[in-house]
Amino acid sequence: MLELLNGFVVELRNAGLPVSLTENLDAMEAVQHIPIDDREAFKYALGATLIKNQAHWRSFETIFEVYFSLRGPEYKLVDGDEESMVDDLWREMQDQQQGQEGQGGAGGLENLTPEEIAQMLMSALMNGDQGMMRAMARQAVQRFAGMEPGRPVGGTYYLYRTLRNLDLDSMLDRLMESTREEVGDDLTPLEERLEREEYEDRIDKFKGEVEAEIRRRLVADRGAEAMAKTLRKPLPEDVEFMHASRDEMVSLRKALQPLTRKLAARLARKRKHGRKGPLDFRNTVRHSLSYGGVPAEPKFKYPRPSKPELIVVADISGSVAAFARFTLMLVYAIQNQFSKVRSFVFIDGIDEVTDFFRATEDITEAIHRVNTEADVVWVDGHSDYGHAFEVFWEKYGKDVGPKSTVLLLGDARNNYHASQSWVVKEMQHKARHVYWLNPEPRSYWNTGDSIVGEYGTYTDGVYECRNLRQLETFVEKLA
Amino acid sequence: MTISSPTSGDVQLSEPRFEGVQQVRDALRDVQYLADDGIAGVAYLADRLGKPILVEGPAGTGKTQLAKSVAEITGSRLIRLQCYEGLDESKALYEWNYKKQLLRIQTEQGDTADHEWTEIRDDIFSDEFLLTRPLLEAITADEPVVLLIDEVDRVEVETEALLLEILSDYQVSIPELGTIAAKQIPLVFLTSNNTRELSEALKRRCLYLHVDYPQLDREREIVLAKVPDITEQLADQVARIVRSIRQLDLKKAPSVSETLDWARTLLLLNIDTIDEQTAKDTLNILLKYQTDIAKAAKELSVDE
Ligand SMILES: Nc1ncnc2c1ncn2[C@@H]1O[C@H](COP(=O)(O)OP(=O)(O)OP(=O)(O)O)[C@@H](O)[C@H]1O
Ligand SMILES: [Mg+2]
Repeated sequence: MLELLNGFVVELRNAGLPVSLTENLDAMEAVQHIPIDDREAFKYALGATLIKNQAHWRSFETIFEVYFSLRGPEYKLVDGDEESMVDDLWREMQDQQQGQEGQGGAGGLENLTPEEIAQMLMSALMNGDQGMMRAMARQAVQRFAGMEPGRPVGGTYYLYRTLRNLDLDSMLDRLMESTREEVGDDLTPLEERLEREEYEDRIDKFKGEVEAEIRRRLVADRGAEAMAKTLRKPLPEDVEFMHASRDEMVSLRKALQPLTRKLAARLARKRKHGRKGPLDFRNTVRHSLSYGGVPAEPKFKYPRPSKPELIVVADISGSVAAFARFTLMLVYAIQNQFSKVRSFVFIDGIDEVTDFFRATEDITEAIHRVNTEADVVWVDGHSDYGHAFEVFWEKYGKDVGPKSTVLLLGDARNNYHASQSWVVKEMQHKARHVYWLNPEPRSYWNTGDSIVGEYGTYTDGVYECRNLRQLETFVEKLA
Repeated sequence: MTISSPTSGDVQLSEPRFEGVQQVRDALRDVQYLADDGIAGVAYLADRLGKPILVEGPAGTGKTQLAKSVAEITGSRLIRLQCYEGLDESKALYEWNYKKQLLRIQTEQGDTADHEWTEIRDDIFSDEFLLTRPLLEAITADEPVVLLIDEVDRVEVETEALLLEILSDYQVSIPELGTIAAKQIPLVFLTSNNTRELSEALKRRCLYLHVDYPQLDREREIVLAKVPDITEQLADQVARIVRSIRQLDLKKAPSVSETLDWARTLLLLNIDTIDEQTAKDTLNILLKYQTDIAKAAKELSVDE
């Protein structure tokens, strides 16, 4: 047990989750108060002692599932009760069919046709029967995943194979269909929506069961440690903008909101405190009256430091688009920290998008318009920083002044076009600050067609912003 | 008040308050607090391990109520320290009663002129002149207490340090008096809305509990428990629509308190099933931002 726990903690650390020695000891003590075969309680005991940040919970959960996948009676690979439960349901359905259509069926789960399995799954989903859904997930994996011991393929492959055979999308349609029949009446759009969401929720749970079953089998085959290694995923704040998968994008978006909220709160606090101005004489005297004229409580002036005016100029071509999007979201989420925010996006042409953000309070919607409506292609839709900068300067150069802070966003991969770096030089000349944010790892800078070094010489700094963590650090410094 | 020498006072763990997780859950249900396994499990462990719980989560998900309800089921007095920016030692821990001290000095001096200053000093820095604030009060209480340190993320990082001694050793050091150790370990809840990262030192001392918006079933039960006379069917519909709305990308998702407000409003309006029009007309109770309301109204009426 001790060994198992230790291995588990090592794996958490490998995944980048900080676990201190005290926390490790707390966990060991905690599990002694938990019934040994109560897996849920076990999980919460470990979670409460080892994980102190909600953003880390998912990583924790994944590792937990791997490490303790074979623990507990209900998690044995083959479960007699469940077999018979599936058996019963199947027989019942057979009987019904026989009654209706007079079809004879030969017993035995192995002989179920895919259609019959689908039928049984559908009735499990219809009733929302969790135990039955789990049993069906096992059957489905056994039938469709085609898992072979020692085969070096990942869990997603098996998941894909299993789900493809089940065709859950059309299952959802059929579930809705039969609900409509049952009601016999037309569903209002609201009812329709609620029903659909309920089924989607059940299907998601079912998918979770399928995943869990695949994981269990893989762990049984390869051992927990090897499995955990293949599952090691970066935390949302460490995911690279440039290589994020779709799933990671979703978790990034989720991580962004609490992050901006915290950032805004911190900045507001910073603005309020920490900058004690000179003594406010009148105010101090006024307050001293309540101390019998003794100036016991000195009051200070809080000078309102002038907020910078922000100009964001972002490359939104292919691989750096996600980075630009997240930076814009972050900047606009804290826009009241700036006196004004203007934003421009480009590929080889450039367009101002400030109005998209002005038109709505909904940043996501504005970003959507940036992606779909901004006019950023001039010739061929490959990044041309030089041309974009030139046009920017021609049209908006006069708006850059001593209060402006200019952020240039992109990998500076200029497809070997002319750099026109004089524009950046001019910017630096007129603006308060010019910064460049690059989503590429530093070691790639100035390789191939990247000319970030050349532009960089005319800025007040080039910052590596590969992930949310780095981006947040920069933006906090800025505001 | 027990005053020991200022070494780390090892407070004995008191008798366990709970038998098991299920018992915690049942007891909480009896006082209309619907916990899930995680919430009940962590509360149970906090008692067994003698550790504080740091409860984080979105606004209005029952963090404060959890502490109150646990106080209720354990028959404890609830002592609450509401945190705010600028909270300091004199409001959180203790303060000397200067006025009373001054008076004493004056009377003593009037009495006998040759009173030794050291004597007076020992006298005025004693229990009698100590104003206890919530933290010290919780430590020195004779009866069982639940200490709620509410919205701890509102105090500055430096102020957190005030809490560390209490949270790990259940004692308070007062320079003039020595160390005051707790007679019994109180159950301690700290809540946070996560507006800033709390210090590692603080987190290490606590069990961590994230209370999120409840799952459908639990939210329905909360509505049923908290809104008398509501029908099962309406409670179910309320919970489902709220779940649906929470899936939208909103500035501020509806909290449990808003769910409850909405359910009560619907009841007042004598509504027994929610149709699109009703939902739209009352969205302003669930959602606070105009843009969110507009978005939800649009979503709920559009056929997919
Ligand atoms: N699990 C629950 N069971 C019963 N009532 C609940 C539950 N969760 C929340 N409530 C009710 O929701 C309301 C809000 O709860 P509470 O004030 O504790 O939220 P909170 O998380 O402390 O919010 P805030 O962060 O705004 O302080 C209360 O009326 C509470 O009774
Ligand atoms: Mg609260």
